[in-house]
Amino acid sequence: MNRKHLAALGVLAAAAAVATPAFAQGAVAPQWRWLAFSVFGAIIAATMFVTYLAAKRVKSAADFYTAGGGVSGLQNGWAIAGDYLSAASFLGIAGLISIWGYDGFMYSVGWLVAYITVLLVIAEPCRNIGKYTLADILAYRNNPRATRIVGAISVITVSTFYLTAQMVGGGVLVKTLIGIDYEISVVAVGVLMLGYVLFGGMVATTWVQIIKAVLLVTASIVLVIMVWSQYGVFGDFLSNVVADPKVQARVAQILGDASKGMTPEQLGQRFLEPGLLFKAPIDQISLGMALVFGTAGLPHILMRFFTVPTAKAARVSVIWAMAIIGGFYVLTLFLGMGSAMKVGADQIRAVDPGGNMAAPLLAQALGGGADSLLGNFMLAFVAAVAFATIVAVVAGLVLAAASAMAHDLYVGVIRGEHVTPQEQVKAARIATVLVGALAIGIGIAAKGQNVAHLVALAFAVAASANFPCVLLTLYWKRCNTGGIVLGMIVGTFTAIALVLVSPNMTYPKPLKAAAQKVLDGASVRKARIDTDLAGAADDQAKAAVAKAQAALDKDVAGAKATLDRFGKDDTSLVGLEKPLFELRNPGLISIPLGFLAVIIGSLLYRDKRAEDMWDELYARQNTGILAAKAAAH
Amino acid sequence: MATAVPVRIDWQAIVADPRFQALHAAKTRFLWGLMAFSILFYFLLPLGAAYAPGLFARKVFGPVNVGILFALSEFLVAWGVAFVYARRANAEFDRMSAELIRDAEKIGGRK
Repeated sequence: MNRKHLAALGVLAAAAAVATPAFAQGAVAPQWRWLAFSVFGAIIAATMFVTYLAAKRVKSAADFYTAGGGVSGLQNGWAIAGDYLSAASFLGIAGLISIWGYDGFMYSVGWLVAYITVLLVIAEPCRNIGKYTLADILAYRNNPRATRIVGAISVITVSTFYLTAQMVGGGVLVKTLIGIDYEISVVAVGVLMLGYVLFGGMVATTWVQIIKAVLLVTASIVLVIMVWSQYGVFGDFLSNVVADPKVQARVAQILGDASKGMTPEQLGQRFLEPGLLFKAPIDQISLGMALVFGTAGLPHILMRFFTVPTAKAARVSVIWAMAIIGGFYVLTLFLGMGSAMKVGADQIRAVDPGGNMAAPLLAQALGGGADSLLGNFMLAFVAAVAFATIVAVVAGLVLAAASAMAHDLYVGVIRGEHVTPQEQVKAARIATVLVGALAIGIGIAAKGQNVAHLVALAFAVAASANFPCVLLTLYWKRCNTGGIVLGMIVGTFTAIALVLVSPNMTYPKPLKAAAQKVLDGASVRKARIDTDLAGAADDQAKAAVAKAQAALDKDVAGAKATLDRFGKDDTSLVGLEKPLFELRNPGLISIPLGFLAVIIGSLLYRDKRAEDMWDELYARQNTGILAAKAAAH
Repeated sequence: MATAVPVRIDWQAIVADPRFQALHAAKTRFLWGLMAFSILFYFLLPLGAAYAPGLFARKVFGPVNVGILFALSEFLVAWGVAFVYARRANAEFDRMSAELIRDAEKIGGRK
């Protein structure tokens, strides 16, 4: 039965990917599109085959949620890397580096350092006492109903934010790369992911993540070796960056008037110095806090530690993950700066203003350019890896959200743990379909929305709500149900509320004012262009005037579009004319508040069970008594 | 596997056991110390970039400046912390908890 459904899903996904009625222009030119589809097809076929093998092994709820605890440390390390290196970090960070230089690289550091928290204080204790979900840890010594409800709500909230960012980002990415319609790529990602999770559960999800991580790392290594062979390895490479005219022009463009009087070498060197992108240091610190504490509270990352048999395997998996993730981020320095030289910031930004196309365009250029077979094969390969990346990350997120829904809310709260094993698996699959349908629905509904800040928000909620609750229930004797409930509520709500009033939201008033200014100034610019045109002596001068005219037309069209878009609307989503709170990431405020709420809630509430169970929890989380036993049998 | 593990363990006695206390003391000092060091070291990067841009821009050799070396050192330190922790945990903590796991049912005199 499974096999038939799986085949049907495969056909459906392939059909969605191939039978695209309207092709927009993507980075892959139409005559090379077959190449992209061949690589896509090969990756989909490989992952479908793995899912088919996995489907036979998924019999119980434990198989479905945690692959029966049978994943090795090495495998889990690759799977964590596959779960964590989303398209945003793969394409986004290389893009930031290609456009902003040093600041982009600095940004990547926090994503690795985050795993120190996971390694030192979270992974092993969670493996020792947990079962399937984050709420299992919270429910251990507290009121199971109350903590499962707040835990599950928080898990679903965090996963949905992250999921929305992935679905929308994925849809846009596939459209930009190969020109498939946005809706079709969202549906293709959703259907493929559902196929993996529904039939193969955690076994298939793990293997999809491993395959994706291996592909991603391989692609990056190949690209970096090609970059090195052309520009040198480290010192030579950076000397080439400094001497590159495209890099120098980009820095001059960023600095504007401040670049006057700087020599070309100084401009190039400036690319390797901080401060081109980040202006507010406190924002960086707030984001750093959200990363370093939030990763340890991300449900889909925590869940990965329940898939290994022992605490030692959990430790091994984090260390592998740190090696892979860190190694990858070091490579992004060369990918980013390589594309700044080989492709150039102007061209990268022309395809995608956020810079997400830096690595794909670099691949195309290194292979021989837009007209060569190798160049297009490499572009197609990177595009396919990006697609696999989205599917793998989405699968992990859907599994985490579905387990909270089925295991915590349905089995734990509604049925009070009285369910047969068959019912558990059935509930897990139904929840997977629900979450998957939700993901596709949100992905389509959020078309065109700016969702980039949703990943940061997911980290902020995880750091402000999940992390304080998990950490304190594991390490602080007095922590109890009152603290968990208050901490989850305060952490989640302050993080979301602060983002809603932050500069991340769209504030029409200043945008409209800027657009109006462009329109008001248009006549003056037009007059100057007319004078210049009258005085233009040669073709070169005429070309310059034509360029100025084109820029003016573009600015005017953009300004008109802005005014049309907002109409009479003067306020943001929550009715504000300007941000109430200046930080882009709420972590600096909401993380301490989350901790404070857990502490206050615990002190105000009397919970004898939480204190009685402390010795048991503390002994188990430190030693792994019973956990090792359960795994050995 | 889920609910009933047919053993009775005296958790209070385990926590009071000197071997557990020794494991706990060693782990607490080591883990939180490493954690505090790692976090401080990490935040030096954005702080330095913001408040000591001159230092970060200072060239060390060729075009390579302090900022780039410091950012790369963050990777080495993160890997170093992981290595130090893994070595200590493999050599010491695992052995200590293995003893406690082995004797878990005997500690406290209950069977």
